[in-house]
Amino acid sequence: MPDTTINGITVSVDADGYLTDHSQWSRELAEGLAAAEGITLTDAHWKILDFIAADYAEKSAVPGMRRMNKVGGIPTKELYALFPDGPIKKAAKIAGFPKPTSCV
Amino acid sequence: MKNILILGAGTAGTMMANHLRKRIDHTEWSITIVDKEPQHYYQPGFLFMPFGIYSEEDIVRPKSRFVGDGVHYRDSAIERIDAAANQVLLEGGETLPYDVLIVATGTAPAPDEIEGMTGPDWRDRVHEFYTFEGSRALRGALDKWQGGRLVVHICEMPIKCPVAPLEFAFLADTWLRERGLREKTEIVYVTPLSGAFTKPVASKILGHLLDDKKIDVVTDFNIGHVDNEAHKIVSWDEREVAYDLLVTVPTNMGDPMIERSGLGDELNYVPVDKHTLQSKAHANIFVIGDATDVPTSKAGSVAHFESEVLVENILSFIAGKPLDTKFDGHANCFIESGNGKGFLLDFNYDLEPVTGKFPIPGIGPMSLLEESRLNHLGKMAFKWVYWNVLLRALPLPMIGHKMTLAGKQIPDGVVRPTAAH
Repeated sequence: MPDTTINGITVSVDADGYLTDHSQWSRELAEGLAAAEGITLTDAHWKILDFIAADYAEKSAVPGMRRMNKVGGIPTKELYALFPDGPIKKAAKIAGFPKPTSCV
Repeated sequence: MKNILILGAGTAGTMMANHLRKRIDHTEWSITIVDKEPQHYYQPGFLFMPFGIYSEEDIVRPKSRFVGDGVHYRDSAIERIDAAANQVLLEGGETLPYDVLIVATGTAPAPDEIEGMTGPDWRDRVHEFYTFEGSRALRGALDKWQGGRLVVHICEMPIKCPVAPLEFAFLADTWLRERGLREKTEIVYVTPLSGAFTKPVASKILGHLLDDKKIDVVTDFNIGHVDNEAHKIVSWDEREVAYDLLVTVPTNMGDPMIERSGLGDELNYVPVDKHTLQSKAHANIFVIGDATDVPTSKAGSVAHFESEVLVENILSFIAGKPLDTKFDGHANCFIESGNGKGFLLDFNYDLEPVTGKFPIPGIGPMSLLEESRLNHLGKMAFKWVYWNVLLRALPLPMIGHKMTLAGKQIPDGVVRPTAAH
């Protein structure tokens, strides 16, 4: 695994920059991961990141758009406003989880 | 007499009925299976029907034929599960009490979930191949095809057989070439994910297939609506993809009965323990196949492996013993890549598809994650295996429910499974 240093914290990431070990994640690290995407985290961002973390614990998967809407109460337009261009994968990256994938 | 009640006589429900009837004490237990739909479809065949590779007759059999002796077959629609009262209400008002309930009601396309999808273009320029009717209608559309923009599209994940739309694009490429229509056809593959291939090892090895076949890929496309007048799909971030023929995979959802019963998540899938398949809400409800929320593929092979685990766990449950048999997310799928070739995937919750030999380590004869003629022949031979081995709940020689690491080449950097569960 390549190691990278974000906000002074050294972590293991995959080729696309997603954390490979969630135990290395911290809120401070998330600020750094967000900055690399050009995003400054606000309370509205954190509401989404916290929902992803709680949901991942329950489902072992990053929630999709529909689940974000229906279960997280987060409208799609808001997701795009907060995490432009691919909101789910960006939010997943900052929350320290893998990007949503298919089987292959 | 105690009752085991199985809802759904599709792939998963039929296999469970046949496992249980061979193992249960029939003096103490009665097994009943309920389904409203009389026909059993070999669903992998829906991919082939539009191209005329399988006929309609190849893929349809009566459901009741596959449920063996010792199981009561009930031909009825299900109104809802009353979990608090341990009973199921059938359409028409009859109730069936249960001691153990197995939910195997699957998943189905729900095109109405996307604005405009079932508009004037539906079954005209907009098609799907996840139902018998849809696959038949798409065959008609392809027969008339003279060229233009063929858009293969996934609405949202998860979907049944997640690689089927990619296989459709590959088979379409071959089919168009054979008819001299490929030069007149643009093929565009549109996905809500970050690529057509998303797993690192598979992307590296198979990513070239799309370039080789000149299939354009549009990624991160979350559909907002279908514009029937302008014949285009429009994403939430206002990107547009025009189509002459749209072959979409609509949103997949669990049975509406699950929602009426208050047992499902936002897509009507039932939350279960991903290793035991026991419902998280009710200890005497178990769920198998596409109806669960487990994070592995919705596929027949998964239902097959799950059935081998679930029969053990149900026998343990009724004996008052702990549920010691654990499902690891094992899936094994033949994938068509066009030109009479295919590749084979073998993976589970903890290991992505990698290369190697299967099922005999080092020998094969199948190769994992590599295009070969033999893998294609394996997929073609699978139809016989499905009707004659899988549905009858007979074991597949050399292929157990636990995925094996033997014979697999795991590259550096790939997360290796930790201890067995």
